Amino acid sequence: MEKKEIICISCPLGCRVEVRGDGENIESIEGNQCPQGREYAREEFMNPTRILPTTVRVSGGELPLVSVKTEAPIPRDKIFSAMDQIAQVTVEAPVKLGEVIIEDLVGTGVSLVATRRVLSDKKAADGEKV
Amino acid sequence: MVSEFKDKYQLVIIGAGPAGLGAALAAEERGVKDILLLERDYFLGGILPQCIHNGFGLDYFGEELTGPEYAHRFIDRIPESTVQVMDETMVLDITPDKEITALNRHQGVQKIEAKAVLLAMGCRERTREAIKIPGDRTAGVLTAGTAQRYINIEGYLPGRKVIVLGSGDIGLIMARRMTLEGAEVDSVLEIMPYSSGLVRNKVQCLDDFDIPLKLNHTLTRIEGDKRVERVVVSRVNDDLEPVPGSEQTVECDTVLLAVGLIPENELTKQMGIELDPVTGGAVVNEQRETEINGVFACGNVLQVHDLVDYVTEESEIAARAVSEYLSRRRKKRRKKIKLTAGEQITYVVPHRIDYVYQDKDKKTLKLFLRSSVPVEEAELKVVDGRGQELISSRKKIVTPGEMETIILPLQFLDEDTEELTVSVTKASQGAD
Repeated sequence: MEKKEIICISCPLGCRVEVRGDGENIESIEGNQCPQGREYAREEFMNPTRILPTTVRVSGGELPLVSVKTEAPIPRDKIFSAMDQIAQVTVEAPVKLGEVIIEDLVGTGVSLVATRRVLSDKKAADGEKV
Repeated sequence: MVSEFKDKYQLVIIGAGPAGLGAALAAEERGVKDILLLERDYFLGGILPQCIHNGFGLDYFGEELTGPEYAHRFIDRIPESTVQVMDETMVLDITPDKEITALNRHQGVQKIEAKAVLLAMGCRERTREAIKIPGDRTAGVLTAGTAQRYINIEGYLPGRKVIVLGSGDIGLIMARRMTLEGAEVDSVLEIMPYSSGLVRNKVQCLDDFDIPLKLNHTLTRIEGDKRVERVVVSRVNDDLEPVPGSEQTVECDTVLLAVGLIPENELTKQMGIELDPVTGGAVVNEQRETEINGVFACGNVLQVHDLVDYVTEESEIAARAVSEYLSRRRKKRRKKIKLTAGEQITYVVPHRIDYVYQDKDKKTLKLFLRSSVPVEEAELKVVDGRGQELISSRKKIVTPGEMETIILPLQFLDEDTEELTVSVTKASQGAD
């Protein structure tokens, strides 16, 4: 049996919700003031996930980096191993908005995609705009 | 892109961040011809391209986007529009007659005449000098937004061991970002007894990474030879004064300052336009028009918004106003209405209502405001000069960190109304 205090992020009230249970079952949820809080606390207790936004190195681009994000939330405890895998990658310009940079990031089945466009150096020099 | 620039435009917009981009496109849609967008950076989108985190767009686009994606929604429409963009261009001066002096390396110094001017310069961060932290003048003290640009656009990590002053959203976001990139964040200090950032950011940026948030604490000294080596952290009392004896020394090489934003109104001041000392932005009517006819302002240069979505919304208000001004469709009210920030309210935008509302299918006016203290079970109220309550709405909680809105139905405003006061109180108070 595990007890965890979770701060609900559904609204500015930030209710402190206490969840009791184990990895598979929830015994009680207390302290929330609305159904959204209950749902959030349940998810956060069983399987907290996050979108990971970061950057990836670009070679030959108008900028040295392209901003990226995971297309869907990934388990929170995979964030650092995901950052390690992302650090190994360099993509070549041009990069398109939405382009898949890494498929199946650290075995999560989730892709890492570009959140902006990065033109190649030459195009940028020719006056095409970011 | 080689464009022929002219020396006269219907509308010149200063700044191509979310406010300027949104207004340019919205003004074009409303039939404004001849729009010039001036931008000092070499890319469009203002601060958005460096705000790589998600959380943008839920309100306006109904989906969660990152900053760069939000910017793309607008930037991608510019090439197909008639809006002309002049980037890497600094505006030096605007006269009250709307003659703009601008400077860039291609055209040199140039004068541009405008029928209407829209100020969309955004805001900048307060610096160490603005809050006067004593100690050594070392390297390694930078604003959170500067660090964000280094890390997310230019590809440099500006420090290894970091302390963050200020728990607004920018401070929280950068605490996470530095951590993800391999720096160690000692703590985030907040002089107030509460964080001014969103609950979500407190949880996902600090709690997720076990970064302590020290409320009622501030930086009282920065020490080091060439680079920051250590800082002194002190607890503060109820008057926000450091408590003697509470000092703690923290070893670090970098101080990130997230201590507030200031609307960037140097041009506005040069024009002689009155600013609201609370918002730091121009005093405007409901059209987002300053005291000078045909000079408008929107976005963070007018009031610092929590969400870019609200900036876009405001850019559309201003764009509509510009089109009404240029086509001379506006009709002045017989009496101006003055809006006043009442009990527990720090400010209300707009400051006045000058015109008879024209839009037939939209008979409401949205008021933007902030409370001065957190109020639970809050009642927001608008009362006219005779003490008559026009409208009220309830909210579970109102905090200074989150901008509130009140929708004011315009049928409640008769032509003699001269004053409206907005207040927020605890809901039960009235009944007792």
